[in-house]
Amino acid sequence: MTATVNTKHTLSVLVENKPGVLARIAGLFSRRGFNIDSLAVGPTEHAEVSRMTIVVDVEESPLEQVTKQLNKLVEVIKIVELDGGASVNRELILVKVKADVESRGQVLDAVQLFRAKVVDIAPDAVTIQAVGNADKLADLLRVLEPFGIRELVQSGMVAIGRGSRSISERSLRPVAIPAPPAAG
Amino acid sequence: MSEQMTGAQSLIRSLEAAGTTEIFGIPGGAILPAYDPLMDSSIRHILVRHEQGAGHAAQGYASATGRVGVCMATSGPGATNLVTPLADAHMDSVPMVAVTGQVGASMIGTDAFQEADIRGITMPITKHNFLVTDPAEIPRTVAEAFYIASTGRPGPVLVDVAKSALQSMTSYAWPTELNLPGYRPVTRPHSKQIREAARLILESRRPVLYVGGGVIRARAAQELRVLAELTGIPVVTTLMARGAFPDSHPQHLGMPGMHGTVAAVASLQKSDLIISLGARFDDRVTGNLDSFAPGAKVIHADIDPAEIGKNRAVDVPIVGDCREVISDLVVALKAEADAGHTGDYEGWVQFVAGIKKTYALGYDKPTDGSLAPQYVLERLGAIAGPESVYCAGVGQHQMWAAQFVGYERPNTWINSGGLGTMGFAVPAAMGAKVGRPDDTVWAIDGDGCFQMTNQELATCAINDIPIKVAIINNESLGMVRQWQSLFYNERYSNTDLHSKRIPDFVKLADAYGCVGLSCDSPDDVDSTIAKAMEINDVPVVVDFRVHRDAMVWPMVAAGTSNDEIKYARDLAPKFDDDADVELRA
Repeated sequence: MTATVNTKHTLSVLVENKPGVLARIAGLFSRRGFNIDSLAVGPTEHAEVSRMTIVVDVEESPLEQVTKQLNKLVEVIKIVELDGGASVNRELILVKVKADVESRGQVLDAVQLFRAKVVDIAPDAVTIQAVGNADKLADLLRVLEPFGIRELVQSGMVAIGRGSRSISERSLRPVAIPAPPAAG
Repeated sequence: MSEQMTGAQSLIRSLEAAGTTEIFGIPGGAILPAYDPLMDSSIRHILVRHEQGAGHAAQGYASATGRVGVCMATSGPGATNLVTPLADAHMDSVPMVAVTGQVGASMIGTDAFQEADIRGITMPITKHNFLVTDPAEIPRTVAEAFYIASTGRPGPVLVDVAKSALQSMTSYAWPTELNLPGYRPVTRPHSKQIREAARLILESRRPVLYVGGGVIRARAAQELRVLAELTGIPVVTTLMARGAFPDSHPQHLGMPGMHGTVAAVASLQKSDLIISLGARFDDRVTGNLDSFAPGAKVIHADIDPAEIGKNRAVDVPIVGDCREVISDLVVALKAEADAGHTGDYEGWVQFVAGIKKTYALGYDKPTDGSLAPQYVLERLGAIAGPESVYCAGVGQHQMWAAQFVGYERPNTWINSGGLGTMGFAVPAAMGAKVGRPDDTVWAIDGDGCFQMTNQELATCAINDIPIKVAIINNESLGMVRQWQSLFYNERYSNTDLHSKRIPDFVKLADAYGCVGLSCDSPDDVDSTIAKAMEINDVPVVVDFRVHRDAMVWPMVAAGTSNDEIKYARDLAPKFDDDADVELRA
């Protein structure tokens, strides 16, 4: 178990918000033979920049190669590896669990215990929303398992560094490249 | 000031503004709007016979001149025919821009006629690519494409333009600045790394300058020579770097790798310091990586940080442009020399010189009076001289050309190194000749390769591009046949092309409006080459009908250790014993 934990790395990748960027990044991973554990994309505080949080399962030296190859993509602005201890990471799950009149009480107890939320209810099932790190969510699912999980959907992980520093402020200052003058 | 015009006019204006003087291409439906203003442009468009020819011609043009090569094609099949040249240029870091038409913006994604997602297709084989649907974006995109193609590690950039964008009215204004927040190539090497490299160089006793194609792309041949002569360190030049250092120079040990010289391979294997300049430790150079140069520390200088440490662990990484790196190394080592610190390589230099002498490149002349292919290349190099440009296809003829022609200057040897694209030579030579009309350009081709792209002879004949083609005709896919001889018990499955019978290359040349010559005897080689050299108004094709069993030696079999190099079949050099004696001293 510990060995696999050690090879998981969380990369925060700032990219230009342009069509095709996700395909470029996903293609690079598959072409170079690297596995993506999870990937989440979304907007940032800057409209022209998107942020991807990519969890990869690689040793240290291939990780360096992944980072360097990612950096070569013209639309990739910055890559930061987020250290587990110095960052906050969260995933979201929506899980539909069997719950009839008899078992509903126990299911709701579990929801309480994990500070999760019921977001939908039907006569024989409840849909639960939970946010947390991977370990917490795995624990919740273990508890819910015996009741019968009918459907599960999980987001990719998003992560942010602790403290006041921002990874985006410095790197996003526009660097104007003077265009070569028109020939002729 | 912006001007109103169509997107097509804006595209042509932008290409002119980016400095384009020649385009290789073929029109078709989606790109058709751009071909109309092209008629009134200062740009010379060369109508090729196949888009692959346009792509390789742009590569040949770029490799011969150092300028960005440009090709153009329509959507769908026109664009997919550029895939091989783009992949080739990506592997060999050739600066080129490919412009393709795309179906109208509203049709994209509908499986329209001649629609192919060329941006998606070429993502992994271009340095960058663009899809333009807004005509206002055309000038900026063209400016960025040329900038990306020609800076940092050069490479191919594709600009796909929707037909609707070409047809709409727009305003044209050449941008004053580019907005590429994620593209900042480092060219200036770090001074600390330079000092550290200089220290290792002075401490080492068995250093080698391992020179790759980056030195040619960075125009650093002059600087390399200064560094080599200042230090006295032996030099090896990879397949992509032939010509970066004069073959006639006493410090030059030749080409390393699978078909490299024994001296070049041995020098890397026995080295205690590899100074890699714009090279990438390709598998064809290192052989089995685990046993490659086991005793060597590595200084790895490259403009692409991702190459450093990719295949081989590095002691001193230097990210930067080769010309600046080498210049800085020269300054640092000169300062050390002034302070009385120089390297002591004497025993090593003698050792490698001994190997170079003992295991010089050679070949057996056939006893039946037939023609040795190596002899043809040797004579071609001697007669056409180091001022000529030589383009090769891929296979045995390519290796013999790399070994026996003799190169003295950068940008005179153009071939498909990384991708190994058969059929590269004729269109690449066409492009090289367009870029350097005053120089003699030879395409050295195999009979297999030649039959993949020889349709461009028509382009050459019609457009006054008088290239010369030497077909090394051994009537087979020679390199594959060589592997079948060595590793498949001489079972020659599907490598016999019968090309001494069909086609008749002399007649084929004639049919294309070229002069066709043929030669099958060593006695006629010089006079045939001389005759070809005299014809400068039309392309010349010479069918050199050579002995079919000739093999490329030396050879390190794929996947084996460089220590297993064979000088000729079943003949291993004995540099190991010598090395122990010399290096113990």
